[in-house]
Amino acid sequence: MSASAPPVLLRLLRDPGLAAALPMADWDLALRQATSANLSPALLALIEECGLLEALPAAPRAHLEWVRALAARHRQAVRFEVECIAAALRPTGLPVLLLKGAAYAMAGLRAGEGRLFADIDILVPKARLDEVESALMLHGWIAGGHDAYDQRYYREWMHELPPMQHVRRRTSIDVHHAILPETAPVRPDPAKLRAAALPIEAAPGLATLAPCDMVLHSAVHLFFDGEFDKGLRDLLDLHRLFGEFGARPAFWDTLPARAHELQLARPLFYALRYSRRLLGTDVPAAVLDALAPARPNRRLLALMDGLFERALLPMHASCDDALTGSARFALYLRGNWLRMPPLLLARHLFHKAFISKKNAPETA
Amino acid sequence: MLTAASLTAASLTAASLTVASLSRSQLATRLAGPGLAVRTGPFASRIRSTIPQVADGIELLYGAYPLLGDEDFADFHVGLRRPGGLHRWYKPQVSFDLDGLVPFEPLPEAHAFPMLEWGLNWCISTRAHAYLMIHAAVVERDGLAAILPAPPGSGKSTLCAALVHRGWRLLSDELALLRPQDGLLLPVPRPVSLKNRSIDVIRAYVADAVLSAPVSNTTKGTVAHLKAPAASVARAGESARPAWIVFPKYEAGAATSLETIPRARAFFRVADNAFNYSHMGASGFATLAGAIDACTSYDFRYSDLDEAMAVFAALEAPQ
Repeated sequence: MSASAPPVLLRLLRDPGLAAALPMADWDLALRQATSANLSPALLALIEECGLLEALPAAPRAHLEWVRALAARHRQAVRFEVECIAAALRPTGLPVLLLKGAAYAMAGLRAGEGRLFADIDILVPKARLDEVESALMLHGWIAGGHDAYDQRYYREWMHELPPMQHVRRRTSIDVHHAILPETAPVRPDPAKLRAAALPIEAAPGLATLAPCDMVLHSAVHLFFDGEFDKGLRDLLDLHRLFGEFGARPAFWDTLPARAHELQLARPLFYALRYSRRLLGTDVPAAVLDALAPARPNRRLLALMDGLFERALLPMHASCDDALTGSARFALYLRGNWLRMPPLLLARHLFHKAFISKKNAPETA
Repeated sequence: MLTAASLTAASLTAASLTVASLSRSQLATRLAGPGLAVRTGPFASRIRSTIPQVADGIELLYGAYPLLGDEDFADFHVGLRRPGGLHRWYKPQVSFDLDGLVPFEPLPEAHAFPMLEWGLNWCISTRAHAYLMIHAAVVERDGLAAILPAPPGSGKSTLCAALVHRGWRLLSDELALLRPQDGLLLPVPRPVSLKNRSIDVIRAYVADAVLSAPVSNTTKGTVAHLKAPAASVARAGESARPAWIVFPKYEAGAATSLETIPRARAFFRVADNAFNYSHMGASGFATLAGAIDACTSYDFRYSDLDEAMAVFAALEAPQ
């Protein structure tokens, strides 16, 4: 992508003001790319924030309006679901500490505008996991379709319970006790994250991570993971969080130190780098300087640029080049590599490839 | 506010060219190259294909539709392609995609044109959530529309095909689009899909019926598409007010009967036939409630098309 112009969707996300004078052929491509990246509602929200919806040509405007009802329905469903979770967990006395999409939506952050997501994620103390799981089960959430190996995989090695689904509403919840797997080389202390968490003023009983931690979680989630089908959506989250929190005092001053403290300086480095390069995020020079120690060496960085700047583009034919498929595959391997030590990873992949597959028809 | 109807009207006046202005070879060149962009009601579709049956069907049934240019905006970019592999040489197949997304299993190549029609319906019903969309035929007379919701096999398309050749305007054979802002129905007048025996029934009933070549052994049996009346295509920009909801049921030998349905029951039966009722949330509820209030709803049994035409001709405007 460095050789050619950036995809038109990225130009629009970077500068929604372009919407006022975009040629029709560009609209056609931009909306196709937005659909592929599941970002149409976010694009609608960005254009409305700039007050430019009225300026759009009729055809792309009518097309964008298709997602308005979906976004409204999604927002309503998330509120309802979070209320159900809060009611289920009330007997435990724990705050409902929301992560990612549900946190952005319930805290009224701009990153939550038009963001579609499937699961609700919460963070609870590891010592209270059993209690939380029982409380959710009493209210109809069950962990289904997991064999003994899956159970062990989640409960011993991962940072979350096996995903639970509500028997009647078919909605999903992921209960986390940390933000990285137990088997990962870096393990930010979840107690520190919980201690800094902030209540959502408008919604008693609900909480989110503090701004710095929210950004760091978003960064680690994107840049330590192996799947990038929602990569651009997650990068846009970071861009919007940087923009909104960056206007508050102390955010930029405390972010680098917090990243170092939680051993998350490298993912923050990547988050800032690609958010700036692809979406034009404004970042103070002092923050970039403070993260210089987390910068990979020149060769590795050139490689990561080649991988991330392909995998973070919309999954649309117009954004692919000859290396896109290989870049996504390399990052998939990297994502698994970062989750577990090599021997455990080999064992896990072996199990998934041969044993889980063989047993699949029985469990299904 | 700019509405989809005025948008359609504007595009219609701007685009004087129709698909019929292309020669067969120009049509094939567009389909194989930049895509043939065509407007059907509120939607613009760009179709790419090198399969001859696709060009045949479009040439026969889409001549009257507005033709769009290579640079124009399209809501749907669809392709009908031959998948790779051995099937290229042995029992060739066709695969439908919406801008790279392949929602269905490939079908035998002979099914290419029906697959285009089904694919375009799928595009609208899974994407265009600016409307409450009901699986129903819609026909209009004197500004008042009848919505005919029905599961497959009820004789809905046969009835619709007969009505639009006996004085009613075709809005759609498959999709009732109710606009939440004003409760009006928007037309998507596309070819009417006829199955099995209804192909011969309509051939006999409509003197000048133009039908695509029947394709046998599809999942719906033998299928042929009936050309939409030119007058209905020309009025694709004119919305209509819902006045009647009629649940048709063809039963061999049955006496013609029309019975009113209480509103609450009609509401749930229409909701059952909606594609996106739950996606639309509160707006879906309000839109459907508005339509139910504006309409009289009936169960309709028939076996004789002439008698059915008489019943529809006698429908009275609701109060």
